[in-house]
Amino acid sequence: MTSPNGNGHSAPEHVLLRIKRQKAPGEPPYWESFRVPYEPGMNVISALMKIRLNPVTAEGRATTPVTWDSGCLEEVCGACSMRINGIPRQSCTALVDKLEQPIVLEPFSKFPVLRDLMVDRTPMFDALKRIKAWVPLDGTYALGPGDKMAPELQQIRYKYSECMTCGCCLEACPQYNNRSSFIGASAIGQAYLFNEHPTGRNLKGDRLDVMMGPGGVVDCGNAQNCVRVCPKHIPLTDAIAAIGGQVTVHAIKKMLRF
Amino acid sequence: MSKNIIIVGGGLAGLAAAIKVAEAGWHVDLFSLVPVKRSHSVCAQGGINSAKNLKGEGDHPDIHISDSLFGGEFLADQDLVKEMCYDGPAIIDLLDRMGVPFNRTDEGYLDFRRFGGTLHHRTAYAGATTGQQLMYALDEQVRRYEAEGKVDKYEYWEFLSAILDDDGVCRGITAMNLWDRSVHVFKAGAVCLATGGPGLVFGKSTNSVINTGAANGRVYQQGVHYANGEFIQVHPTSIPGADKLRLISESVRGEGGRVWVPKDPKDRRRPSDIPDSERDYFLERKYPRYGNLVPRDVATREIFAICVNEGRGVDGQNQVYLDITPERSGQPADVLERKLGGVFEIYRKFSGTDPLAEPMKIFPGVHYSMGGLWVSPKDENGQVKQMTNIPGLFAAGEADFQYHGANRLGANSLLSCIFGGFIAGPRMCEWASSHSAPPPESVYERELKRQTEINDRILAMTGGNENTFKIHQELGDAMTRSCTVVRENDDLVKLMAKIAELEERWHRININDTSKSVNQSFVWTRAVWDMIQLAKAIAKGALLRDECRGAHYKPAHDVEKPEKEKLGEATDTDAYQDYVRELAAANKTTYKVKPKSGKEVSPEFVEYIRQWVEREKKWNKTTIASWRPNAEPEMSFRDVSMTVEPPRPRIYK
Repeated sequence: MTSPNGNGHSAPEHVLLRIKRQKAPGEPPYWESFRVPYEPGMNVISALMKIRLNPVTAEGRATTPVTWDSGCLEEVCGACSMRINGIPRQSCTALVDKLEQPIVLEPFSKFPVLRDLMVDRTPMFDALKRIKAWVPLDGTYALGPGDKMAPELQQIRYKYSECMTCGCCLEACPQYNNRSSFIGASAIGQAYLFNEHPTGRNLKGDRLDVMMGPGGVVDCGNAQNCVRVCPKHIPLTDAIAAIGGQVTVHAIKKMLRF
Repeated sequence: MSKNIIIVGGGLAGLAAAIKVAEAGWHVDLFSLVPVKRSHSVCAQGGINSAKNLKGEGDHPDIHISDSLFGGEFLADQDLVKEMCYDGPAIIDLLDRMGVPFNRTDEGYLDFRRFGGTLHHRTAYAGATTGQQLMYALDEQVRRYEAEGKVDKYEYWEFLSAILDDDGVCRGITAMNLWDRSVHVFKAGAVCLATGGPGLVFGKSTNSVINTGAANGRVYQQGVHYANGEFIQVHPTSIPGADKLRLISESVRGEGGRVWVPKDPKDRRRPSDIPDSERDYFLERKYPRYGNLVPRDVATREIFAICVNEGRGVDGQNQVYLDITPERSGQPADVLERKLGGVFEIYRKFSGTDPLAEPMKIFPGVHYSMGGLWVSPKDENGQVKQMTNIPGLFAAGEADFQYHGANRLGANSLLSCIFGGFIAGPRMCEWASSHSAPPPESVYERELKRQTEINDRILAMTGGNENTFKIHQELGDAMTRSCTVVRENDDLVKLMAKIAELEERWHRININDTSKSVNQSFVWTRAVWDMIQLAKAIAKGALLRDECRGAHYKPAHDVEKPEKEKLGEATDTDAYQDYVRELAAANKTTYKVKPKSGKEVSPEFVEYIRQWVEREKKWNKTTIASWRPNAEPEMSFRDVSMTVEPPRPRIYK
């Protein structure tokens, strides 16, 4: 069975990869190169799978299989993020035919490396807790349907709700690093998503308090890298602008209250 | 450990159970191989069924029940299907309140679309990533409980075993931290496995890489019965890939997508240049009423037959066209994009062509396990719904077995996952309340020791020459070849031998990596063993079941149907009426069955019904596999309760 292969060149026999590796947290990184058999339509994940079947470097030295994080392999789970030829993206949709070789794979640099290409993205999930990214539900008992909603609003919310917490926007962001507490674009997008929901809105004040505080929306430097690398094309900069506006109104209201 | 419940698996079923447990005031320890937000439920695309009847079609939960039982060829538990279909509308309302961005009508109501195996618009959807959207809504509610301290998550942890006390009651689990492979004991009043299906037993499937079925395989080896394992759904439409088979949702057909091949198999024109008169829309031709929306098992066999038996696949390969272009589906491009964008995006990214301009090329792929861990369908005689035959150990979601019979209808799985989780949650709290006396510490110590020893044995496997990933690849290839769309006994006997060979070779795996930090090869090696055990249960069930039912198709043992003109109504035959009376008596119920109309039926049809009744009596049973060490599983069969409606011959028109 063949997979579609859009490129007109004659198929190469091998794929060359250069992978930045690391044995454990805190250990020094090192590089290894691999040469794996080419297959039409293959992606970076299937190249890594081939290394697993025969963990030998391009120089012929036996090594350990490369560790990486993955899940659905169809870009809805957000697990398989890495830097591929310098660009933060999902490795499942990174097709070998469209990449320059050697394909350089590196772990994300903004999160602690656990091993090889796998990093710890816990801070992203903690941020969702801080901004209360949920609808405050009374309970699961029957209370009838939710509010009616215009299809236009549903379409806007749906887009933000596709965020897989993959971390590409944070990896690409110059403001997100270990010298700052910036919460990052993905959490701002989620704050916007819930502020736009008829019941989610009930926690708007709490969310804006976080967005107003240290590491909040004002720390955004407007580089707009987030929106360029988002694999789901989520209009993150629109959310940043909107939340910025909401924060301003929120701040004025708070001032008037005192 | 007071008031503590353990849930393993953070997909829809696990999260649904966690919400109910936390809501009841109990604490949850939630274990997952990955951050729960990345669980495999995110891959469900098309939607979730419930007979809300918002399209003025007169849809009703009773029709949903009937469609589901018929679609599953009467192997599902009827009481549970009934309860699930009646709860469907309330579950949709709840998800709506949680903020799921379901697609809307112009008036702002939830929109519903069509799916396979029904003639109604019954499927609520959020674009074409409904599973992801439902997952996120439940994930958000669980995160809220986590922030309140009612849920503790253990993400990147692997379940190793249930901890059983001297009476065989489940008292907790052992689990391994995947970041440093340390093994720990966790105590709880009850445990639920919501660990999904075993797609990876078939190598490449539509499943995520985490769907090994290993957790299910582990408790199966501890004595939980594995039920109806042979019923594996092969989805009609996926894109074959080097690393996996990517699902193309049934909703594409629900929104008007049409399956076809060129009438001339040598036709090499671009598909858009082939006029309708030279296309064979074979599903529409064979099933004028259901057309492209016949149930999945039927569509899969037809596509398989066109490609494999008739050699009429597109470009001479195993693929057919799925046409959702605006001209053929009758919907404008922007509307299609709004309803199916998520699917189109996957296709565009992987194939480089636009499904709105040229038809997609697709082929069936292993997708879902109807079978799974046996759980009690009833709350009686000391048994509890969703509880396995190990007391205190529950299961829900794709990991269980009782909602879909021999074939699952599209968009019923999201419903069964949430419903099953909602049933399991409160029952675990009740169970734990009445079994609160703690067992001696030694119960936990001995299981921790047993698990540590298993790990140590695997880590010492450094002398062999087998590669753990290669063993899995061979297992997947063999299972896919002999135990998917078409099954033959000769083949299945060879498959059993191949699995035994792989089991033997497993001992000669060279572990080649003994490090502590995120050691994926070691973890994988352990899982491969458990996959081999499940493969035996699946293959043995397929071998013994000498009939065709739903996804299990064994042509050498089919009851042949007379040709179309000779088909009649089963109710017009004595054999069927007698069978129904017998069944009603056995189930202590009465059915609403049409009396004989007096219309004459062909002798061929009478003979067909006679043979069909004979088959039903013999095979309308749940397969139960019990694990045995170093041997094939012990198999037995149990009656299915028929409390709602009697089986009828499954003929789609």
